[in-house]
Amino acid sequence: MPAMVSAAQPVQRSFNPYTENGGTILAIAGADFSVIAGDTRQSEGYSIQTRYAPKVFRLTDKAVLAVNGFAADGNMFVKKVRQRLEWYRHAHAKDMPIRAIARLIQTMLYARRFFPFYVYNILGGIEEDGTGAVYSFDLLIYFKNQTPAPGTAFPKHLPLSTVLPLVIDSFTSATERHIEVGDGLEIYIVLSKGSTALQSLQTIRGIQELTATNDGERVFVIRRELKKD
Amino acid sequence: MYKPAGFDFSNELRNNFLVEKGLPLPKATSTGTTIVGCLFKDGIVLGADTRATEGPIVADKNCEKIHYITESIRCCGAGTAADTEFTTALISSNMEMHALQTGRKPRVATAMTMLKQMLFRYQGHVGAALVLGGVDSTGPHLFTIHPHGSTDKLPYVTMGSGSLAAMAVFESGWVPNMERDQALILVKAAIAAGIFNDLGSGSNIDACIITASSTEMLRNVEMPNQRVQKERNYKFRRGTTAWKKEDIRSLIVDEQVTQVGGDEMDTS
Amino acid sequence: MDHFPTNWGRPRNDAFDAYGTYPIHQRPQNGPKDAFVDGVQRTQQPIVTGTSVLAIKFKDGIMMAADTLASYGSLARFKDVQRLFPVGDNTVIGAGGDMSDFQHIQTLLDGLTIDEFTAQDGHTLGPAEIHEYLAQVMYARRSKMNPLWNALLVGGVKDGKKFLAFVDLLGTTYSASTLATGYGAHIAQPLLRKAVEGYENVLTEEQALKIIETNMKYQVAIITEEGVRISESKTLDTHWSFAEGIRGYGAQAQ
Repeated sequence: MPAMVSAAQPVQRSFNPYTENGGTILAIAGADFSVIAGDTRQSEGYSIQTRYAPKVFRLTDKAVLAVNGFAADGNMFVKKVRQRLEWYRHAHAKDMPIRAIARLIQTMLYARRFFPFYVYNILGGIEEDGTGAVYSFDLLIYFKNQTPAPGTAFPKHLPLSTVLPLVIDSFTSATERHIEVGDGLEIYIVLSKGSTALQSLQTIRGIQELTATNDGERVFVIRRELKKD
Repeated sequence: MYKPAGFDFSNELRNNFLVEKGLPLPKATSTGTTIVGCLFKDGIVLGADTRATEGPIVADKNCEKIHYITESIRCCGAGTAADTEFTTALISSNMEMHALQTGRKPRVATAMTMLKQMLFRYQGHVGAALVLGGVDSTGPHLFTIHPHGSTDKLPYVTMGSGSLAAMAVFESGWVPNMERDQALILVKAAIAAGIFNDLGSGSNIDACIITASSTEMLRNVEMPNQRVQKERNYKFRRGTTAWKKEDIRSLIVDEQVTQVGGDEMDTS
Repeated sequence: MDHFPTNWGRPRNDAFDAYGTYPIHQRPQNGPKDAFVDGVQRTQQPIVTGTSVLAIKFKDGIMMAADTLASYGSLARFKDVQRLFPVGDNTVIGAGGDMSDFQHIQTLLDGLTIDEFTAQDGHTLGPAEIHEYLAQVMYARRSKMNPLWNALLVGGVKDGKKFLAFVDLLGTTYSASTLATGYGAHIAQPLLRKAVEGYENVLTEEQALKIIETNMKYQVAIITEEGVRISESKTLDTHWSFAEGIRGYGAQAQ
């Protein structure tokens, strides 16, 4: 008999605290630099909320964080990471190394194991030894950038002059084939101390420097338009 | 055994069970679309974007959404791509038969009635949302037909995921008895509103102007989203693939055909 | 004063309770009791709702508009509800969604304004600060699974800077030169974008008002460096004369 009652059961309507806001982020590490990029469209369903909402954020002169997923969680997460970095600066009078930031982000994400930040993070920058690094995170943990398997040569580091066009082309292609990608592109470039890649940046149209300290690492941003349909 | 015409729903229970167990059903390509139609002094202007999507992925960047029904009747399709294509093709064919049978130019209302009766019979399972427009002996007519078979007859109509954006343009710009060019500009603006504000719509603008004397299909009348030049070249260099042997064969066969006997039918 | 002796410090008796656990698990709860705790309902769906708010940037500031209807489901329940709310001298917020939640937000903002006034520290809250405050409130409430069911626009001008941003029940924020909530985001936004994008610093107040008025609406707020002006409710001209020529929905001729 109870089986027949099922249709008359009251429906529990529950509040969904998440949404998806679209977009794409990527990062590529070079030998002595790192490139972190993201598009600037924020959407929900089939609507564009805004054509300019940054997804990539400079944390320090050696670390840049890109966030993608649920925008409110993303912004809150960046805010909390920045707060922890500020506390670190007050305690240690220096910027937190990227290796430590990656671990910090991992613990911050896992702390929310049962109510996760719906955010996919990519952290890019320069390690303390001056090499380029990227870390990618799922909702809870991280993975360090790919390195060649012992005894093999691939994947190998590409020069910045190859990486930048590659990044731009990736986004123009993604814009053509994915409806949630488009409007604008922001590419952050982090150079290690005395990086040779610096010259190849001089000629780039509209490049802007964001370096804040004299530690030697330098941060730049390039902005480009993407298709708006 | 008697089998009724149309879809067979005997597996519906099983399919619902499988879906509940987590087996996804095959997904159809849908045209998250902006399609519009607008009445003007001498006839009808139809408009459509050219993006076809599969979920968030663009399946076709330049598809045609204005389908042929008869020479002076055309139909824009939104919804399940296969359904719009096949229903319009079927109705086009039946309209041709109807024209041959009656010896008259077929009417827009006839196509509308055929479409709504077919869609109603399939109870919404044929996912075609259509804008039907044309000119016949009784004048210009413009209809929308919903997947369940309901119809509307209005001086300006929009359909698809970009319908609200496009309707906003019509609501602020449409006036009775417009000139041809004025109407075309309005339709282009309506489709552009869909292309730039609705993620389901994109790429180019198609338009079709139907008057009593002529039908002009303006394919890609505007292309506001040209591909930008890539920074690098991703073609493989000639000779990238190594080869070990070469074998060249001629596929052209030379044949001598000798005619045996005549063309008459064998009636022996 | 806690009148339950079991809650006071208790000498440990290693013989039968080495870890001092008894009778913690059965101690009475002495905090304030809510007899209706099982009956508490959170906003899980909006009840009395407002819909679209539109806002654009123009040369001298921000213009925001909303109708004055609050609906109860599909019933047009209240016909003269203010959905534009000035905060301080430089800011207006406009709300869609649940009207009781919006009134709660007004209470919060009133409290905030009073606190700020009492401080008398020479600072006043601008639109950016109010937006940040609202974003934090909305995000905190969604994280408690007890959202304020609204979509809010915050607009204003302070120190020569125009500010226009959005925040909703999930805590999602963004800003642009044209914004709209509810149905307006689908219908009005395309027209607003076409009229405003690229002309934010050119449009005059009259031109901006015209743009807003072609997008319907009832009440308009104009925020410039000089302060906030909110209009009286206006009635809208609608034209249905085109319906004259329509006969039926299909093959009907007469």
